[in-house]
Amino acid sequence: MVVIAAGFILLGARDSDQPAISIEQAARANGHHHPPTLGSGLYQYEHPGRRRFDPQQVFNPELPPPTPAPNGIREFTLVLEEDQLHEVAPGVKMPAWTFNRSVPGPVLRATEGDTIRVTLVNKGKLPHSIHFHGIHPAKMDGVFEIVPPGAQFTYEFVAAPFGIMPYHCHTMPTSQHIHNGLYGMMIIDPKQGRKPMRELAMMMSAFDLDRDGEADFYAWNGRAFQYADHPVALTRGEPIRMYVLNMFEERMVPHLHGNMYQLYPSGTSLQPSEYTDVKTLNIAERAVLEFQYDFPGFYMFQCHVSEHMEQGLMGWFNVVEPKALVAKKDVR
Amino acid sequence: MAESVAERQMEDLVAHDQTAAATSSVARRGSRAAIIASALLPVMLLAGILYLLVQRGTGLALAPPAPIERIEFERVELYPGEIRAHVINSGPESVTIAQVQVGWLNRASWEFTATPSATIPRLGRAVVRIPYPWVAGEPYEVVLLTANTLVFTHEIAIAAETPVAGGSTLGSLALLGVYVGVIPVFLGIGWLPFLRALPQRGYYFFLNLTLGLLVFLGVDALHEALENAALVPGPYQGIALILIGLSLSILLLYAISGRVKGREGSGGNGLLLAYTIALSIGLHNLGEGLAIGGAYALGEVATGTLLVLGFTLHNLTEGVAVVAPVVRSRFRWVHLLWLGLLAGLPTIAGTMAGALAYSALWSVLFLAVGAGAIIQVVIEITRHQIRESGTASLANAFNVAGFAAGLAVMYVTGLFVTV
Ligand SMILES: [Cu+2]
Repeated sequence: MVVIAAGFILLGARDSDQPAISIEQAARANGHHHPPTLGSGLYQYEHPGRRRFDPQQVFNPELPPPTPAPNGIREFTLVLEEDQLHEVAPGVKMPAWTFNRSVPGPVLRATEGDTIRVTLVNKGKLPHSIHFHGIHPAKMDGVFEIVPPGAQFTYEFVAAPFGIMPYHCHTMPTSQHIHNGLYGMMIIDPKQGRKPMRELAMMMSAFDLDRDGEADFYAWNGRAFQYADHPVALTRGEPIRMYVLNMFEERMVPHLHGNMYQLYPSGTSLQPSEYTDVKTLNIAERAVLEFQYDFPGFYMFQCHVSEHMEQGLMGWFNVVEPKALVAKKDVR
Repeated sequence: MAESVAERQMEDLVAHDQTAAATSSVARRGSRAAIIASALLPVMLLAGILYLLVQRGTGLALAPPAPIERIEFERVELYPGEIRAHVINSGPESVTIAQVQVGWLNRASWEFTATPSATIPRLGRAVVRIPYPWVAGEPYEVVLLTANTLVFTHEIAIAAETPVAGGSTLGSLALLGVYVGVIPVFLGIGWLPFLRALPQRGYYFFLNLTLGLLVFLGVDALHEALENAALVPGPYQGIALILIGLSLSILLLYAISGRVKGREGSGGNGLLLAYTIALSIGLHNLGEGLAIGGAYALGEVATGTLLVLGFTLHNLTEGVAVVAPVVRSRFRWVHLLWLGLLAGLPTIAGTMAGALAYSALWSVLFLAVGAGAIIQVVIEITRHQIRESGTASLANAFNVAGFAAGLAVMYVTGLFVTV
């Protein structure tokens, strides 16, 4: 009995000691733990080799500057294909449905009052369509204008109003067509134009790979962590306009580190409504953010829903000194 | 009349036999090559069909619409600042782990290394190391995502550090084995003088109590084996393992005891039975030890003392079971020591092995072997009783009460250890 009692005391003592030691050890081992840092090497992508995005494949967020449309007509052709392998996260390729082989589809840009002509060429095996947000006749809404496999259809309407408009397939089951990648951003510039500055287009979306109703990866422009691997270079003091659109069925909260932005909800006004660093964009909501960085260095841009950030909706701005300034320093 | 009919039938039969004999002698005379050819022909035809199948396919368009990939978690270990998953590719094709996420409230993508390679061939294994700052007592989820977008998940109910093969851990695990397995058996054996002092009926009461205990243990072991079978990676077929372990252990024990009986004659039956019981309980305890150690390693054992107490109480009865057949016979006392060690020591081996290298596969196999051994012993004790007292005595009130008491003791003490 004495032996047993002694043993129980011993066992009990060990049991209570062990977690305490391991917590301490864990704290020591991870005291220097970094939050998601610069991507490659430190976080996420070191191994296996295939996991990093090919820099050639990284979606360029920069927009072509607005130009006058020839004869006031903006023409686009969107070729729709199904089951195109799309890399949603380093090394993870899903069969996506694509406009012009990209997720999201290309940015369609026009000026208010232009005639927009979008020809949808359906190379898939299912019927598809394009539904544009904005103002247009009922017959151009993409709900009844379904394009059968092998056929094509030209949607035509006058661009109005100015702002950011999502476009996406609206064929049943719509959720499947959208979640498989059939969406994009349309930018309609005001007639008088906006103040010229460098522009970025950033689509926020997500991918549910196992169809369990919960996204497995969240992404800026269709790829989780692509700008974590390849930071977007900005120049100090340079004004930036970022077009942001949430194309997923959850709220998204674009947030810039070390900075604030002028917010133009939906891009439909020329007056900012708020000066802030976080704004919740609900489903299909969008905004124009204008900002500039006054200090050089790496700044994260992310979705402030921490789950979204941790599953890919983060990236980096690498703010560098203006070239002239660097050159001057070098001379000295 | 009847006789002549019978005679005629007899003659027919004889004639028939002669014909048969003639035929077979013809066959015997036939070339040996023909016989060999007839044996080989089906094999060759089969090979031909297989060749055609491989060359031309089944003719059915059975290309899977989605990639068939399967990764199973064999064991997930937690070390300070690291989650280490031992995985096996149990699918038909090789799999590449492209991303890893760790879930707490939400999932977060995380860095990882996979050795020997993130690409795992069929039935190949890999160790995925995730440098994650986990915190003891929290629940986590380990998520592996393949290059083909399949998602495999393992839940860690309560994070706890995996015991490392250090001296102190091994020592405390061995001690746990001593408490759960060795001490109870010897305490039970300690009842021998009391059992000897009992009248005949009391002895049978206890013998049947032993039967009740053993049946309960056997069912319990099978239940645990079935539960763990679900955790065994698919290709290893958990249920088949149970069947194999169960039947082979019964047959093997019969073979061993048959041989020993043959050598000793019928005199040593009681002692032999005691040894068989000790062996079967030892096997059971090995499986139980693996399960306890495994649970400990997986951080699933609600902290200890009450549990250890419960197990000790629960297993006390194993000692009674071991000595029950020798209560009426004379033998050298040193046998008691061997009996106790045979029944108890495997627990220590089990707890240590389970905690250091838990694998559902081994626990299932040993639990099944233990259950088989118990079934064999139950049969043997029943036969022993029939031999000693005849079938009539089997169903008397004392025996039934003993059996029921055995079940009840196990059930009640089991309440302490059911987590
Ligand atoms: Cu569609």
